[in-house]
Amino acid sequence: MAVKQFPIEAGHVMAFARAIGDSNPAYYADTYSSESEAGAIIAPPTFVEASSHFDPDYFLRPKIGEDWFGSGETPTSRKPSEKKEKASRTSGGGLHAEQRYVYHKSVEVGDVLSATKKLGKTWVKQGRRGGKLNFSEAVTEYRNQNGELVITATMVGVSTERAATVKE
Amino acid sequence: MTLKISTIKIGDTYSEKVCSNLSRTQIVQYAGASGDFNPVHHDQPYTEHIAGYPSVFAHGMLTMGMTGKMLTNYVGDGRLTNFGVRFTAQVFPGATLTATATVTNIRQENSEGIVDMDVSTVDDNGVEVINGKASARLDP
Repeated sequence: MAVKQFPIEAGHVMAFARAIGDSNPAYYADTYSSESEAGAIIAPPTFVEASSHFDPDYFLRPKIGEDWFGSGETPTSRKPSEKKEKASRTSGGGLHAEQRYVYHKSVEVGDVLSATKKLGKTWVKQGRRGGKLNFSEAVTEYRNQNGELVITATMVGVSTERAATVKE
Repeated sequence: MTLKISTIKIGDTYSEKVCSNLSRTQIVQYAGASGDFNPVHHDQPYTEHIAGYPSVFAHGMLTMGMTGKMLTNYVGDGRLTNFGVRFTAQVFPGATLTATATVTNIRQENSEGIVDMDVSTVDDNGVEVINGKASARLDP
């Protein structure tokens, strides 16, 4: 994944802050303080996840004019022939195992970020209930309009051979 | 309000209830804002019959985002230098989550004060859903 332009917009930051239930005035145009340390509306620490909106190939967003694999008339709208081929990354498949951020600079409304992603290590673990767990790491570097590194994000995904079970 | 090095000590904890009776609608709200429309987070027929989970569940990143809210409320805005978590259990609709930071170290790095914290988020049955670490740059 590469994101060429990820504009940090006030309405988007507001919607994201609301979604995580965060009423911190620093994230809202009508309540932030220009006298604050940042002097601008800043983005919450996990906001860069929303860069997926600006990734033209992001596979977890329905594409205009294309079939979507979620339910419609039936539990999946994917044709049987497609189901198997793409099953590994959707059904019972990928879960988010770890997420790490290193913050170099604040992300502010008005910034325009870009992101480059590199695949990192992969490793295999034996699951508690049998079956292999395949882990893979991806490192995304977010830079601002001045070319400065603002956030380094490391995502660890795990794919299981069957649906992970609930721990209770 | 911003936390200061002079007012904290190792072992201090800060906790916040970050969601109460998590709604499917809030999960949908997060899907819209984050752009992650994986059906396992909102589409019950798909989740049950195709993915094989009993119910839709929250994005790990929603739980991390809510945990981050506790951290920024504790240390102040724009102060975090590191924040990393493991997702240790799925979070289902109805969850009530409490996030806690525990001060594990206070140190100097490049003449700046840094606080290191353990981070843990648990549901109301005591099941840990997030386990991680964070660090923040604090004024003296």
